[in-house]
Amino acid sequence: MRLVVPLQGVVQGRGGLIFGSLIPCALFYFLQLYLKRHRSPRNPPSPSASLQNLAEMNRTSSRSNLLSRGSIGPARISSLATSISKPNDSPYYIGLDKVSEDPYDRFGNPDGVIQLGLSENRLCFDLIEKWMLENLTDSIRGRDGDDLSISGIASYQPLDGTMELKMAMAGFMSHVIGGAVSFEPSQMVLTAGATPAIETLCFCLADHGNAFLVPTPYYPGFDRDMKWRTGVELIPVHCRSTDNFTLSISVLDQAFNQTRKRGTKIRGILLSNPANPVGNLLSREILCDLLDFAREKNIHIISDEIFAGSIYGNEEFVSIADVLDSEDFDKSRVHIVYGLSKDLSLPGFLVGVIYSLNDNVLVAARKLTRFSSISAPTQKLLVSMLSDARFIKEYMETNKKRIRNMRDLFVSGLEGLGIRCADSSAGLYCWANMSKLIPSYGEKGELELWDKLLNVAKINVTPGSACHCIEPGWFRCCFTTLDEEDIPLVMERIRKATDSRAS
Amino acid sequence: MTQTLYSRTRSPEIEKEIAGGGGGAAMRVIVPLQGVVQGRGGLVLGSIIPCALFYFLQFYLKRNRKDTDDQNNSNSSGQNPNPRSSSYGKLSELPGLTRSLSRGLPSPRSLRGPVFVSGRVRGIVKDSDSPYYVGLRRAKEDPYDELSNPNGVIQLGLAENKLSLDLVKHWLADNAEQAILRNGKELSISQIVPYQPFDGSMEFKVAVAGFMSQVMEKAVSFNPSQVVLTAGATPAIEILSFCLADAGNAFLVPTPYYPGFDRDIKWRTGVEIIHVPCRSTDNFNLSIAALDQAFDQAKKRGLKVRGIVISNPSNPVGNLISRGTLYSLLDFAREKNIHIISNELLAGSTHGNEEFVSMAELLDPDDSDRKRVHIVYGLSKDLSLPGFWVGVIYSYNEEVLAAAKRLARFSSISAPTQCLLVSMLSDAKFVQTLITINRERLQSMYAQFVAGLKKLGVECIKSSGGFYCWADMSGLIRSYNKKGELELWDKLLNIAKVNVTPGSSCHCIEPGWFRFCVTTLTEKDIPVVMDRIQKVSETSKLNR
Repeated sequence: MRLVVPLQGVVQGRGGLIFGSLIPCALFYFLQLYLKRHRSPRNPPSPSASLQNLAEMNRTSSRSNLLSRGSIGPARISSLATSISKPNDSPYYIGLDKVSEDPYDRFGNPDGVIQLGLSENRLCFDLIEKWMLENLTDSIRGRDGDDLSISGIASYQPLDGTMELKMAMAGFMSHVIGGAVSFEPSQMVLTAGATPAIETLCFCLADHGNAFLVPTPYYPGFDRDMKWRTGVELIPVHCRSTDNFTLSISVLDQAFNQTRKRGTKIRGILLSNPANPVGNLLSREILCDLLDFAREKNIHIISDEIFAGSIYGNEEFVSIADVLDSEDFDKSRVHIVYGLSKDLSLPGFLVGVIYSLNDNVLVAARKLTRFSSISAPTQKLLVSMLSDARFIKEYMETNKKRIRNMRDLFVSGLEGLGIRCADSSAGLYCWANMSKLIPSYGEKGELELWDKLLNVAKINVTPGSACHCIEPGWFRCCFTTLDEEDIPLVMERIRKATDSRAS
Repeated sequence: MTQTLYSRTRSPEIEKEIAGGGGGAAMRVIVPLQGVVQGRGGLVLGSIIPCALFYFLQFYLKRNRKDTDDQNNSNSSGQNPNPRSSSYGKLSELPGLTRSLSRGLPSPRSLRGPVFVSGRVRGIVKDSDSPYYVGLRRAKEDPYDELSNPNGVIQLGLAENKLSLDLVKHWLADNAEQAILRNGKELSISQIVPYQPFDGSMEFKVAVAGFMSQVMEKAVSFNPSQVVLTAGATPAIEILSFCLADAGNAFLVPTPYYPGFDRDIKWRTGVEIIHVPCRSTDNFNLSIAALDQAFDQAKKRGLKVRGIVISNPSNPVGNLISRGTLYSLLDFAREKNIHIISNELLAGSTHGNEEFVSMAELLDPDDSDRKRVHIVYGLSKDLSLPGFWVGVIYSYNEEVLAAAKRLARFSSISAPTQCLLVSMLSDAKFVQTLITINRERLQSMYAQFVAGLKKLGVECIKSSGGFYCWADMSGLIRSYNKKGELELWDKLLNIAKVNVTPGSSCHCIEPGWFRFCVTTLTEKDIPVVMDRIQKVSETSKLNR
């Protein structure tokens, strides 16, 4: 606009004719020069006549081909579909596929691949099974008269979750996150899993071509959730082992400025707290700094707190909601993602939560839940499960205890092999430093070790590079899919694979 | 020096632009000009052409910006009388004012002010003012009940089937726990709690494919490996839209169409819908000529058309697409090399004597054109289970299937629901009874409702599928246009307390048509509805 307006003045004013023709001429000339220069690598350096003809011939022939093919050739599919329909080349998904083809079973398939790549919690299935056996009938039929309750299941329900489930969920979240935080059911939107919850937020907060800052290493699924359909970019903010992979504001600031220089608009920061894959917690001070940073830059914060209840260390988990309450921060820029797949180990139920204090975002997110609603029978079931305070209390305590026990066993097993893990206090995984075992210090060496673990040792772990970790040689091992008895076997398999390298 | 530096820093973006969609056209314009400038005698031409172009560009920009400039002037001087007619001035001043406000404020507010919410979402937030959604909200806030709220709003706007709910309830009461907990005899906790395939378990796909064959009653057999299951038909349509078209591409959709398509196809994908108008003189049947015309017009506008979206049985009209038209559609799609999305959500809810023909029936196993056909189905209508959120994508295109399977991660069906439905759909006797009884009840309900409307002098289009009738109330509207139609809609909603869907919400080209969903009613409610409509129609006639 500003460029055009003065020129208009020049052309209409006196003596403007010369300027008005010289300036555009010059601009146009430079544009052509610039375009030509820029395109030169693709064109032959000195286009001889024959070459030019050749190029032209090619072009016309390809065109006529297209025309004749028009009726037979396949109809075009979108570029998104083209890119995601290809077989996946990320080690994260290759490993998961491999396990699903040949899963380890102590009795049925003792030579199968052991799954350490999926953060799923199987430690407390027995408790859930017991609860279901006792309560399923009541929760689906309702305790008094089955008629009303069943018609509630079959007909259209509020898209973003029934009020009963929201209330039960708010109670559960307050219980899990602890502290003085109380969650307001009306600020909540329920989706069919945490994955669509994150995608929905991303649709709400950023337009195509905008970016989010994400501290690395991060959960490999974020690339799918945040980028695929929304067209949003993720800018890695690198954390290092010397800081125990803790986020620092200065690195964040640097990444922000670099991205802005490139002309990309940053709309927010995506945090996971407790962090996935490292398992450490963000301290109250850092959360305050982050909120200040967000205010200064006028951006959003998405805090993924899906592991909030899976704490095994002595450190206290601080939710960003807690910090918001305690001081006078701008609440409309903070959005919390939660779900039941980790803390209540119900991934098959696919229940995610968006908790936001921004009304515009809530209104929009509610409408977008039309694309991923939770089915009514599942909601019914969960209302009674989450309202059963005694069960929840017992479950959470037992779960924590069991995770801690598994973690101690697993980490000390790794230590026996000379592998150290990063300090952590939450999550269903440990973040192991195998940089001494990799053949070359780089991504290539890391992937070689990963390949050997998967195909020789038959253990699927997630390599750091899949989490965009800047230092090679780190691996995420999820231990909550194992039985205690499997741990010695895992250690034995790792030892064999790594020994054979040495010999 | 500075020039080259500048060009280097900017270059990646330009490269992207050239590599991207619009690159081809830009290239062709620039290349000949370069030749002109560098060739002989080109200097003159090479300066005249850009000058002229630049001049026209300025001219064009100035002409288009005139309105806003004028307003800024008049705003700043305050009392400057607007030379144009006052109504025009008011109309154009409003957007001008808000625009300058929104521009000026962000910088001082940026530290405290509300943080940016994405542009696409701002559109979505506003979108709820359409009469379709307004009516649904009103009916939800104040629902009619014969005993407890006899003055409430009667819901005739939501395509929900309550006619056979008793059968479903009965089955659920008998079998629900068994279905969720015990699969066969063993406790199936490991099929409910852990992660399941996101596009539906194989068992469930087999059950759904079997159900689809049963509903369509023909020799069509559906292959479970071509099925992708999603949390409702809405995400199924959206996922197909994401897979088949890029932002800025378009689909052809015959009007009147289901108001939800605007949301499903357009909101998040950035895809456009090109209307293909159908008219009452053809009984709202689709004509290939209209399709062809819409295609050409879209192409002239520079839009790339990627496919056609049809609903069969159609929503809101309720008619079926004949075998002949389906073949012509396939030919048309082949000729233009585009896709067909066939929404057959209501395939089992037919009530006439006409035969329903699925797109799947027409396709030979070795037809290469199968790859352009994608069928959408769901359990919300034919099984009257909208709260279960089960949608089906059935496609013959491996690439689309692979992509859709991955996108199903964003809208998966939860495992307890899958378990429940596997055993419900495997209960062949129950399913057959449900389909038969549902058709009978639908037929009787439809006949009664249409007869009731006829007594009031309102004719409906002859239809054989769906939960609704498509009624011609153009005799009752005060002015023959959208305004008159919405006035009548408003009266029906606020005075008669009947929520119906006006044709304009379905982008119907002719005013005065309304969709009445009959399946949310009981037979006893029909006289109440007719009574309420009659009152409004009498006042409308008096006012005319």
